[in-house]
Order: sequence, then structure tokens, then C-alpha cells
Amino acid sequence: MNLRDYQQPAVIQKVLNYRSVAVVGLSSNHLRPSNFVGYYLKRHGYQMIPVNPREESILDCPSYPTLKDIPHQVDIVDVFRDPAAVPEIATEAVAIGAKCLWLQFGVISEEGVRIAQDAGLDVVMDRCLKIEHARYIGRMHWLGFNTTNISARRAKTFV
Amino acid sequence: MDIPEREFGFNTRSLHAGAHPDPATGARALPIYQTTSYVFEDPESAAAYFNLQEYGNTYSRIMNPTVAALEERIANLDGGVGAVGFASGLAAQSAAFFTMLTPGDHVVASSALYGGSITQLKHLFRKMSIELDFVDPDEPRAWKSAIRSNTKLFFAETIGNPGGNVLDIEAVAAVAHAEGIPLMVDNTFATPYLCRPIEWGADIVVYSATKFIGGHGTTIGGLGVDSGDFDWSNGRFPVVSEPSPAYHGLKFHETFGFYGYLMKLRTETLRDLGAAMSPFNAFLLAQGIETLPLRMDRHVHNANIIANYLNDHPVVQRVSYPGLDASPYKELTTKYLPKGPGAVFCFDIPGGRDAGLKFIDSLSLFSHLANVGDAKSLVIHPATTTHRQLNDEELTGAGINAGTIRVSIGIEDAEDLIWDLDNALNVISSTSASTSAS
Repeated sequence: MNLRDYQQPAVIQKVLNYRSVAVVGLSSNHLRPSNFVGYYLKRHGYQMIPVNPREESILDCPSYPTLKDIPHQVDIVDVFRDPAAVPEIATEAVAIGAKCLWLQFGVISEEGVRIAQDAGLDVVMDRCLKIEHARYIGRMHWLGFNTTNISARRAKTFV
Repeated sequence: MDIPEREFGFNTRSLHAGAHPDPATGARALPIYQTTSYVFEDPESAAAYFNLQEYGNTYSRIMNPTVAALEERIANLDGGVGAVGFASGLAAQSAAFFTMLTPGDHVVASSALYGGSITQLKHLFRKMSIELDFVDPDEPRAWKSAIRSNTKLFFAETIGNPGGNVLDIEAVAAVAHAEGIPLMVDNTFATPYLCRPIEWGADIVVYSATKFIGGHGTTIGGLGVDSGDFDWSNGRFPVVSEPSPAYHGLKFHETFGFYGYLMKLRTETLRDLGAAMSPFNAFLLAQGIETLPLRMDRHVHNANIIANYLNDHPVVQRVSYPGLDASPYKELTTKYLPKGPGAVFCFDIPGGRDAGLKFIDSLSLFSHLANVGDAKSLVIHPATTTHRQLNDEELTGAGINAGTIRVSIGIEDAEDLIWDLDNALNVISSTSASTSAS
């Protein structure tokens, strides 16, 4: 398995245009990486849906015990869990009709990828949803980050 | 914004990376954002910026849009994940060190470094209770045997200043990585046009942007580039991976992943050491990079002609240009610097210190000053200037003796440079001839 196959810029940019994101394993601790990402996604207009059985609500959004408990459409399933938990999450992502399985830094699961891909979902792995948003349509450029974005066209704005 | 699916070439990226047309005005040239600070959209945004939950501009000691354009450009050219600009090359180096080092740590460094770097390591490190060993950079086994349980870093230059040692980056990186140690390379003399150390395994690349990057001798500046490939959570670097007391308990490596070191370099070390690059300097340096490939081609073309001329001259005793056929670094040059090994090198003339100073005094087109990497040709006598703080053993380690002359070959007509050198060498040979006759 080559991780680069699941870090394709074209796939990432397509996925960034989806609107609802279930964050599986979102922590209520504001110092945890998942909380950074959840906060950022909400701030940038995504419908951010916490999935954490131990919490009632996180970042002022109702939290659901599992993906199957979410009563509306989920486009992206963003995973901050132990890799061993990914196959079950991938199976649920397929069952609820999600369009993308996104596995954060270090969440690497060959079986989870296979389950999602076989059902036609896009898969991104070992990448951060917040960073990729900031790279392509955000402000990461302002912190000296190599966005790889080359263009002589006038952007409407750096949002 | 849709990104074209194309890997653009080095020349294109030298012009475009990091600098889009200004979204506010359409200005095509890079705007100079000469501002100390930035009005927040609302109180929540302000808090989000300071918490690093959102990427935004707060204060120009930490980030500035003009500096950011230069940072992204160099990171793009080097193949890094990002870069941070500093007030000078030594400031960039200090910050890169102090982001990863704590008192009691140990560093292994090349003995063939720029004199200012040797002084910085020897004396500043001692004040900070950081241990240090210099090793022969040409010998990977020397690097290996210098490793201790508290070793945190290997540090060397792509092309040693001024001895012209070419680092076997791949071999030294392999020794470092086998022990979970990062390799930091000063790539000032090569620039990313001639060598990209990250492609050979270097983890951090630092620059004095003052030299070839700016290229016109106008501007002091430094840059640190992070490959994003080093695993700071390997147990050797709690200072990067554990909660940071200087940033409300944030774990930089866990939170920011492959750019955790870079974020710490900016939001802690640059913030606290304070050696920020000015927006105007960033503009001049970014302007310099636009012509970097053109200038470097011309620099190495001229350097090759001048080095061969000196090598064939009967008065000159030794020429350290790694591009010469007889250089011990010829093979490494072919591997790491296929376009040419830069334009700064040394040669020795007989007669020691007095002859060295007389030679320099006899030149009229080479500028006698303490810099390299200007479009104009430069000359200096290292033993009495740039490397003056070094003792005899350190001078030998750096490949310098009393009769060593360092030149930085510019982009003038090579024939004119040879004319100037010829005149000065004639003065030396007639002096030594009259001395031996008397």
C-alpha cells in the first residue's frame, strides 16, 4: 500500500467541496488535534458533526454515539481513532452513504481503505483535513507553508 | 480554487511560487506589506489566531504576507513543507537550533563551516550548556563515532566555506537517521538551483539569503526550510513532541503533524528570539529569486573558467574549487551539484599573510569586502577577517592558511576578471622574484 495513492491533490480538492463532516473521535479537550480540526471546520462553514459516545455535545454541536445515529446526510467521515477501529467505521460510513473516508495523521488501515474503496467512496489517508483545506482554499500560505499552488490568475480573495 | 495538475519546472516556480497576483488590488509585483499588525475581523477570530486554531496574521514579528511569499517560494524550490524567514542567516540557524535543543544536548558539526557558524556553535552553545563536537565532514565514520546518547543534531554545509568540501549528504543523513537524529544543512553556497539537500535526506535546510538568493549584495536575511519528513516523536525530542509550556501546553508534533517543527520554529522560537525579517527585505530577496537560475548558471560558468585559469597559473599553489578535474570532491560534485559547485572558492599564493594582503590590494575589479554571492566579484583574506576568531588547528580544519585568498565569482565578463587577477598575480610574482634576488 502506497500512502501517496491516498493523498492525491485532485481527490482532496474534490472532497473539500463537500459540506457535511462527521468527526469520529472528536475530543472535547481544546488542546487535542481533533478539537482543532472540528473548530476549524465549523468556522469555515462545514456542517461539523461530532461522533463521540462519551459526550452530549462538543463545540456546541450535538454529539452522536456512532455514525449510524446521525439523522441526516454525511458527506465526509473524518477519523481520529485507533487504526484498529477503522474497518468498523468504514463499514458504517458505507452504510450511511458517505462519499469520502478521511483518515487523519497516523490513522492507517489497509482493511478500512479496502472496505471504503470497494463501495466507491473516495479515500484520503494520513492527511489532515484542516491542513488540506488551509492549503488549497485557506490561509496556510500566510504561515510560509508550501501550498504547491502556482497561478498567475487573480484570486477572488484569500479566505 | 482549482490547482492545475502539473509539476511546474524550477524556472517557473522561481517566478511564481508563493506570489499570486494580489487578491485585493491585482498588483502583479509582490506588494510590500509594510505593517506591524493586522486588524482582526472579530474578537473570536483574534482568539483563534493566537490559539493557532486558525491561520491568520497577527503581528509582523511572527508573520507578514510579503515575508510569507518569500518563505513559500524557497520552501517550494527546496521541496520542503514550509519555511520561516529571519533577520539574517545566523538568526535562522540560531532559531533552527533552539527549536530542537535544550541544555545538556549534544550536537555534531562539520569542522569546515563558515567562521561565523563555528564561533556561534563554540561560544553560544557553551553559554547554553549545549555540548559540541566538530568532525571531519568528509568521513561518515567520524560522524557515526561522535554520536552519544544525548546527540540531537548533525550540522554541515553543502559546500564548505571556504574550503570547498562537498558533503556526502546521503551518506551522512543515513548515519544520522539510523540513530533517530536529524541532519541540518546550510545550503547557502549551492542554493536550491544547484542542490536540494532534502532530496538527499536532509531534514532541515538553512540559508543566508543575503548571498546568492538575494544576489545583489543589498539585503541581510535568513531562511529555515523544513522537509516535514523527520519523526520528532521518536523519543529523542520531547521538546518538540511533549506539551509546550511556552504555548499553553500544546503538543506541536501531534497537533500539526508533518509541520509541527515548522510551527514551533515560527510561533515559539521566532516569537521569542525576535529576529524577524523585514517586509522590504523579503521583497528584495523574493525579487532576487526570480532570476536565481539565470544568475547561478552565469556564476558557475564564470567560476569554472576562473578556477581553471588559476589552477594553470604557475604562481598559484592550490585551488579549492570542487569542479576542477583534480578535486577530491569531483565525484561528489557530479552527484550532488551536476550544474556546478557554486562560485565561491579559495586559492593559495606563496608569501603568506603579507603576499595575501598585497594581492588583494593590487586588484581593481574584485571588491574587497566580507560577503559572498553578490552579482559582483568579491575577494577577501579569510585568515585576517572572516575566520580571524579561529585558532591554527581550526583554520587547518577549515582548509585555510595564511596565504589563502577567497573569491566569490560574479557575473561580469570572465575575461575582465582574468585581466584583474593576472595583474595582481604579476605583482606577487615580481615581488617574490625581487625578494629571492636580493
